Amino acid sequence: MKPASVEYHKATSIADAVDVLSSTEDEDAKVLAGGQSLVPMLSMRLARPSVLVDINGLTDLDYIRRDGDWLSIGALTRSRAVEKSAAVRDAAPLLSEAMGFVGHATIRNRGTIGGSVAHADPAAEAPAVLCALDAELVITGPAGARTVGANDFFHGFLTTAVGPDEMLTEIRVPVLPAGTGCAVEELARRHGDFAMVAVFAAVTVGDDGRCTDARLALAGTNPTPVRAREAEAVLVGSGLTAETIAQAAQAAAGVTNSANDIHAPAEYRRDMASVLTRRALRRAASDANVVV
Amino acid sequence: MASKVTVTVTVNGRTLSAECEPRRTLADFLRQTLGFTGVHLGCEHGVCGACTIVFNGATARSCCMLAVQADGAEITTVHGLADGETLHPMQEAFWDNHGLQCGFCTPGMLLRACELVEEFPDPTEEQIREGISGNICRCTGYQFIVDAIRDGAQRMRQTS
Ligand SMILES: Cc1cc2nc3c(=O)[nH]c(=O)nc-3n(C[C@H](O)[C@H](O)[C@H](O)COP(=O)(O)OP(=O)(O)OC[C@H]3O[C@@H](n4cnc5c(N)ncnc54)[C@H](O)[C@@H]3O)c2cc1C
Ligand code: FES
Ligand code: FES
Repeated sequence: MKPASVEYHKATSIADAVDVLSSTEDEDAKVLAGGQSLVPMLSMRLARPSVLVDINGLTDLDYIRRDGDWLSIGALTRSRAVEKSAAVRDAAPLLSEAMGFVGHATIRNRGTIGGSVAHADPAAEAPAVLCALDAELVITGPAGARTVGANDFFHGFLTTAVGPDEMLTEIRVPVLPAGTGCAVEELARRHGDFAMVAVFAAVTVGDDGRCTDARLALAGTNPTPVRAREAEAVLVGSGLTAETIAQAAQAAAGVTNSANDIHAPAEYRRDMASVLTRRALRRAASDANVVV
Repeated sequence: MASKVTVTVTVNGRTLSAECEPRRTLADFLRQTLGFTGVHLGCEHGVCGACTIVFNGATARSCCMLAVQADGAEITTVHGLADGETLHPMQEAFWDNHGLQCGFCTPGMLLRACELVEEFPDPTEEQIREGISGNICRCTGYQFIVDAIRDGAQRMRQTS
């Protein structure tokens, strides 16, 4: 349980970090953010980079800003700060609620939202909630910055659109429209553990009580977070009744594609996806003042 | 082998320097290099909470950080809680409520409990259980720890 020998570089700027990432032979340099996933992986020698690029000194990547209809969050912002931020609660309460499920308070004190997203654990909350919110992720590399939508960012187990010479620098979240209700439902062994199944739901309801927009994302059920598009389509235009919610829950279960593992058989996860979707939608509807 | 680095930290009010390799975890640096044996190592990969310290004002798992990252930091270990021979009110409460048996989890529990009480001066049982969910105890079954934290919170309210 001791990390292998490694060089350490404390980045002085984003450009400096990218410089080291792109100049390392074998492209095996790793960004060190909160270290809550990476340092355990170093200790277990599941990761053996030659260089660690510590970005903790880049305080210009630690911010939460509201720019009109967008919320911008620096990659180095601690999970705890995102969870507690009034600006986040105001713009995207689904994100605030989701962050409360990320590990334990001590993990969130140090772990960063950017690290959670870049790590891309299929059972992690931050990647899935950002898919639900149609967030955009800003990736910076030697050629400058580019933006990738959250739903195109996650390529597979611990694999993302971030190249070996790039880093994630910003998370941009569109502000949810008025009349949107949100809810997160998660099944885990203990509060703070990774999700066996988690569902992130946001429904927007018009003046006539009909659902005008629905977002549903699942974590823990697939190699990457997934949107339950068919379930969303069931809801949009409907009155968010018990029947449409049950139908959407069925459709959400249909997108799950997990293997049997030590935590649960695939069938159990599929069933739980349906149960949790129903609960999340009922609560999101009631959050949007619809009585189901 | 990566060349050694000099790390200077202030632990429980004492400023100390030592050399280590970049791969040294902060937990090993504090416990083995500097001799702060109040830093307990259970799992060494972030899941048990025994190695919890206060790092620049917030609890952190010292096994999930490298020593080199702590250069210039202010750290409190469990030994920084007492004032000489006088125990911290939370320590007193753990003592009086049998909030420990073997004591292995206790440093992490105490430091996390103090942080929890800063956020919730009068915590509910649910807030306490959620607050210590990242700290594993193999002995007590948690009930006496929960009792101790509730009592400790009350003592802290009275002394502040
Ligand atoms: C006991 C325990 C329980 C946990 N429970 C949960 C949980 O329930 N849900 C959950 O989601 N997470 C959980 N985590 C993980 C935690 O959320 C981590 O903080 C998070 O996964 C990684 O964030 P970090 O800032 O610590 O990143 P690090 O550990 O520093 O890095 C993780 C990975 O991301 C890369 N990386 C980090 N930042 C960037 C960047 N800006 N650009 C490019 N690459 C980057 C690193 O190179 C590394 O590969 C848990 C961790 C522990 C120890
Ligand atoms: S030893 Fe650090 S969390 Fe277990
Ligand atoms: S008292 Fe023994 S582990 Fe908690």
